[in-house]
Amino acid sequence: MSLILLIEQVLNGLQFGVMLFLMAAGLTLIFGVMGLINLAHGSFYMIGAFAAAATAAATGSFLLALVASLVAAAAAGAIVEMTVIRRLYTRDHLDQVLATFALILIFSEGTRWMFGSFPLFLEIPEYLSGPIRLPFGIEYPQYRLAIIAVGLIVAGGLFALIAKTRIGIQIRAGESDREMIAALGVDISKLYTFVFALGAALAGIAGALIGAIQSVQVGMGEPVLILAFVVIVIGGIGSIKGALLGALLVGLTDTLAGFLLPKAFGLIMDAAAATSVGSSLASMSIYILMAGVLLFKPTGLFGST
Amino acid sequence: MKLRFIALVTALAATASVAQADVKVGMITTLSGGGAGLGIDVRDGFMLAIKQSGRSDIEVVIEDDQRKPDIAVQLADKMIQSEKVDVLTGIIWSNLAMAVVPSALAQGKFYLSPNAGPSPLAGKGCHKNYFNVAWQNDNLHEAGGAYANGAGYKNTFILAPNYPAGKDALTGYKRMYEGALSGELYTKLGQKDYASEIAQIRASGADSVFFFLPGGMGISFLKQYADSGLTLPLVGPAFSFDQGILQAVGDAALGVANTSQWSKDIANPTNEAFVTSFQAEYGRLPSLYASQGFDTANLLISAIEVADVSDVDAFQAALKAANFASTRGDFAFAANNHPIQDIYVREVIKEGDIYTNKIVSTALKDHSNAYVDECKM
Repeated sequence: MSLILLIEQVLNGLQFGVMLFLMAAGLTLIFGVMGLINLAHGSFYMIGAFAAAATAAATGSFLLALVASLVAAAAAGAIVEMTVIRRLYTRDHLDQVLATFALILIFSEGTRWMFGSFPLFLEIPEYLSGPIRLPFGIEYPQYRLAIIAVGLIVAGGLFALIAKTRIGIQIRAGESDREMIAALGVDISKLYTFVFALGAALAGIAGALIGAIQSVQVGMGEPVLILAFVVIVIGGIGSIKGALLGALLVGLTDTLAGFLLPKAFGLIMDAAAATSVGSSLASMSIYILMAGVLLFKPTGLFGST
Repeated sequence: MKLRFIALVTALAATASVAQADVKVGMITTLSGGGAGLGIDVRDGFMLAIKQSGRSDIEVVIEDDQRKPDIAVQLADKMIQSEKVDVLTGIIWSNLAMAVVPSALAQGKFYLSPNAGPSPLAGKGCHKNYFNVAWQNDNLHEAGGAYANGAGYKNTFILAPNYPAGKDALTGYKRMYEGALSGELYTKLGQKDYASEIAQIRASGADSVFFFLPGGMGISFLKQYADSGLTLPLVGPAFSFDQGILQAVGDAALGVANTSQWSKDIANPTNEAFVTSFQAEYGRLPSLYASQGFDTANLLISAIEVADVSDVDAFQAALKAANFASTRGDFAFAANNHPIQDIYVREVIKEGDIYTNKIVSTALKDHSNAYVDECKM
């Protein structure tokens, strides 16, 4: 095992983590501000990817496709918030889970009805395709570096939005005391729609970015949603900082465990058994991480107690 | 005169008995969720054959298993107990087949598999009422190994998802492949990011890659592999290169060798008619899954023509004879009711704007399966 391979795997872990952050940030904001468990968050990821694929097919421009993914997911988020989600804030979590699960089914079958059952095509743009040569002779796909960059920029923007702007202050105030900021004259329902649409837009652009290297198909959001929930539980529900740290931890743990565990078992058993045991254990690694974090910090790394 | 009358009555009675012997078919397949494309193709191929036969005595009940074993089991119970079907078919995934098929067989039903071919049903669990019309799970991977030998690959990197069919796949490949392995990996089922695996392939010094990643997993792998700058030759079974997903992979799949028992350019009248009529009916090219659905229905029709489904022994014999025109050309059943057929190597090409496959060679001729001897029925 060479150092180059290890560095490359760390980059892969970072890229995976950054993508998870885009999903988890929206999820944790929505839970933190509105107290809503949104299972349909994965559907916005899918909507973003489909909007991007359709736009790229029509215009040939990847940038336009990214814009379309943001707009489509934000619009879907705003509409869903105003028609369905708004009625759920005062209900208990079980009702919210039930209603947002129904939304998953509606979005999935609606997408199938519009685009068909077969996966769509979305391509990496010409100027980002192929590998780039990094120091130490590492060859790494440019597009994945671009995802890392976009993710970090979005994370920075989100922190600035929350820490520095008026709307950020309202969001933070909404997290700690909803009744009070409503009493202070903030239009809480507009704020909720904005936060929901923002979360949906982040999921949408994650879907579009990832759709270009994976497959754009119905149901693509749900596996990512499960990981995003793991991330926000580790990071502490409602905390953006926690979502970032949790996402990077999950990304790195998953990638490095999948890479190192089979090799570690290879030292003590034969190759076929080692890959089998190692990869089984690797798929558990992030859940073990989550259990470990919860053991010492029951509210997550940055969770409020 | 009297004699003629008796002959007439007998003839009438014969037609009456045929008309009475309506056959009810229960199709459990995946029509929603991530794997829906496969089930839809099997269903469309199957129904096309029924329609073309012009028979009104075959009734098909279709239900969606959502790719969930528990739902498939419920549907099978419902079909057997309240719908009273005679024949079950349709299941795509091996884990669902293992949940449904043994108990359906135990209740005296026929099962015709249009896709899944798990090894237990070919070996110790084989059954007189179970017929696999597609392949035994190992088959296409064995052909991949045979192709690698012919292409002179000496140091292959192999990977598959960590579940029973993935293990069958790598076992099948290694059964035929004679070279060395530069690495062997099991990925997570449903995994969509292969950056880590691709980095390991790059570092392994392999001269070629064999992968079994069906459906969306294959799309992701192929796109990421093409983008990584790696140029080692790829070999895989047709499941990552079927007509339904090739358009989503795009240029990344061009020129890749893949093994299949069917291709749209197999030259025989049945296949040519099938491809044309499927395209006319549904407005898209058929995939191998569609051809399997079509062949399954035609096998069933061929048996119904000569035997009554309530006469179990006669119906078994009629199915076993495989007296139908397969889209694959020559087709016969081995002793364990799995196909003996040619398996081809195809290459992904672009025809106009459409990505599709063309046959480049035959990997295995009249290939049976490795489990025939374990089957005692």
